[in-house]
Amino acid sequence: MLSIKDLSVAVDAKQILKGLSLDVPAGEVHAIMGPNGAGKSTLGYALAGRPNYQIKSGSVTFNGEDLFEKDVHERAAAGLYLSFQYPLEIPGVPALTFLRTALNAQKKLRGEDEISAPDFLKRVRELAKTLKIDMDMLKRPLNVGFSGGEKKRMEVLQMALLEPKFLILDETDSGLDIDALKVVSDGVNALRAPDRGMLVITHYQRLLDHIKPDRVHVLVAGRIVRSGGPELALELEAHGYDQYLGEAA
Amino acid sequence: MAAVKETIETVAGLETYEHGFVTDIEMEFAPKGLNADVVRFISAKKNEPEWMLEMRLAAYERWLTMEEPDWAKVDYQKVDYQDLYYYAAPKKKDGPKSLDEIDPELLKTYAKLGIPLREQEVLAGVVGAPRYAVDAVFDSVSVVTTFKDELKKSGVIFCAISEALREYPDLVRQYLGSVVPVSDNYFAALNAAVFSDGSFVYVPPGVRCPMELSTYFRINAENTGQFERTLIIADKGAYVSYLEGCTAPQRDENQLHAAVVELVALDDAEIKYSTVQNWYPGDAEGKGGIYNFVTKRADCRGARSKVSWTQVETGSAVTWKYPSCILRGDDSVGEFYSIAVTNGAQQADTGTKMIHLGKNTKSRIISKGISAGRSSATYRGLVSAHAKATGARNFTQCDSLLIGKTCASHTVPYIESDTAKAQFEHEATTTRLSEDQLFYAMQRGLSQEEAVALLVNGFVRDVLQKLPMEFAVEAQKLVAISLEGSVG
Repeated sequence: MLSIKDLSVAVDAKQILKGLSLDVPAGEVHAIMGPNGAGKSTLGYALAGRPNYQIKSGSVTFNGEDLFEKDVHERAAAGLYLSFQYPLEIPGVPALTFLRTALNAQKKLRGEDEISAPDFLKRVRELAKTLKIDMDMLKRPLNVGFSGGEKKRMEVLQMALLEPKFLILDETDSGLDIDALKVVSDGVNALRAPDRGMLVITHYQRLLDHIKPDRVHVLVAGRIVRSGGPELALELEAHGYDQYLGEAA
Repeated sequence: MAAVKETIETVAGLETYEHGFVTDIEMEFAPKGLNADVVRFISAKKNEPEWMLEMRLAAYERWLTMEEPDWAKVDYQKVDYQDLYYYAAPKKKDGPKSLDEIDPELLKTYAKLGIPLREQEVLAGVVGAPRYAVDAVFDSVSVVTTFKDELKKSGVIFCAISEALREYPDLVRQYLGSVVPVSDNYFAALNAAVFSDGSFVYVPPGVRCPMELSTYFRINAENTGQFERTLIIADKGAYVSYLEGCTAPQRDENQLHAAVVELVALDDAEIKYSTVQNWYPGDAEGKGGIYNFVTKRADCRGARSKVSWTQVETGSAVTWKYPSCILRGDDSVGEFYSIAVTNGAQQADTGTKMIHLGKNTKSRIISKGISAGRSSATYRGLVSAHAKATGARNFTQCDSLLIGKTCASHTVPYIESDTAKAQFEHEATTTRLSEDQLFYAMQRGLSQEEAVALLVNGFVRDVLQKLPMEFAVEAQKLVAISLEGSVG
């Protein structure tokens, strides 16, 4: 589904990813773990197409198509969703307006009919209920004055509404208390499907207790240095990343 | 939500300035240039009372002694006042005006601009949709005013000011120049000397005007200045909501628009005055466009009177405009809500003055400036309190949004208080349209243009909400169109 080959990415002339390769087949959840500064978030941003993230070499195919041929919003419409570590505040734009505008923009790009207002509201109401989001909150400007936990729940709500084919979760557990972590994880788990892939970027093992990965990759200094099953996450939790830092240097 | 969608579609589909066409019509001009004879010519054309001519001539004499102001943060090639026509009117036969006698070219022009001049067209609209009466001013004259008779039934006078001078001379004489005296400033003096038309509104005591009133200004002729004069009086306990819109053809030379608007609100009266200003802004290099040098002032003369100015300024090459409120009556309220968008080489120096004279007077200023391209936008505002204005309160919020790296934004607030018993608050922010916000919105599926439109709409939302509903949608589109191509 998502196939990354020998990817090198620079930000502000600084090389961050140095020949990273990774395959995530449909239906699987892969975790990327690594120390701070390893390039975990850079991977998510580069895949989504953030400006100033320069692709130096390598390629990414997404469902057989060259991902880098597409603009940011075209990648979104093709089904790539990045859940932000720090979701942006959008002053003056009610969350409902933002959601509907985004959904219809994607539908338009895919040549589908736009969703009607009643259908949209019905769908949002269902999703908000499962994510314990108050409808009143959705009438407020998106993320403005929301707590860290509320912002992450909004990310999951958008994800559930947009129904992307591939999810990248960037440090989705940061800033969440135990209860919020459970709500958010349940929301993500509900989206697990045979035709959907996920890349879970995290520093800590605890998120993976809730979202169980099929594969775990250790990212250090811009490269995947080790891959394994779920047990690898537990090992990292016990021993830390120190053992890999030497290898990467 | 529908409005946002519409904005986005508009952004994707339209030319930058859609009103730039020229109407080919036979016109009558005053001789080029300005002198006392031209002033007399205009007055005679209008069959004005003698006192009006005297007032004009006095204003002209005064103007000759004045100098063009240069304190605004705008830079433009000065106007050659002898190279302008001061009167241009579509030729017509004498006699009463009816729609059938109006040149079909003119009717076509307004149809193209989407301005309903036929009452039945407005009436044929959706049931329950708000109706509004229109005064259409083409270059120097009012060509038609709709719903005049129906308004008259409730006692409301809505007509061209030239007509008011003939039909209600005493009423006009009582108020004209009482808010903006002929000596007020260079452009106001010029306007008083040569104004040719504009709208007159009188709402009698206790009457709530049954519909929105609007004036639509169109500059068409070449080398012609437009000097309209608007006078609105809300008598005790009256209410009126008024909207003006303006467009002009796309021409290479600059054209001068120097209007004066006077509002008078007596005890317990309320006037809402909204402007959607879309004069031709010139091309991207700064060639052509309208000089919009306008004096707008409201006198909250009565106790508990209230005036709200709401403006959406997207057009003009150079704007010099400060709709103000003199809060003379005790407990009177003044409001100013502004969205000013500059793009390309546009320059705007705009803001307001809130002059607190009465006790417990309140004012509120919300200004949203958006600059893109190589443009420059300045907010200039004065809030002052007279020694007697105890309990005066003002809240001012000025937000500026910069798009790109070559535009400029300035905020110049003046605060003067002669009493310790006034409370003034001022907040100001300047932000750049954030790349991160754009990326976030695009990651959710919005194209760059859609993302800019959405973010800008969010930025101006609290001011848009102050506009009458149907114009809010219009204004939202206008803002988006004005910013087309401003990113990337």
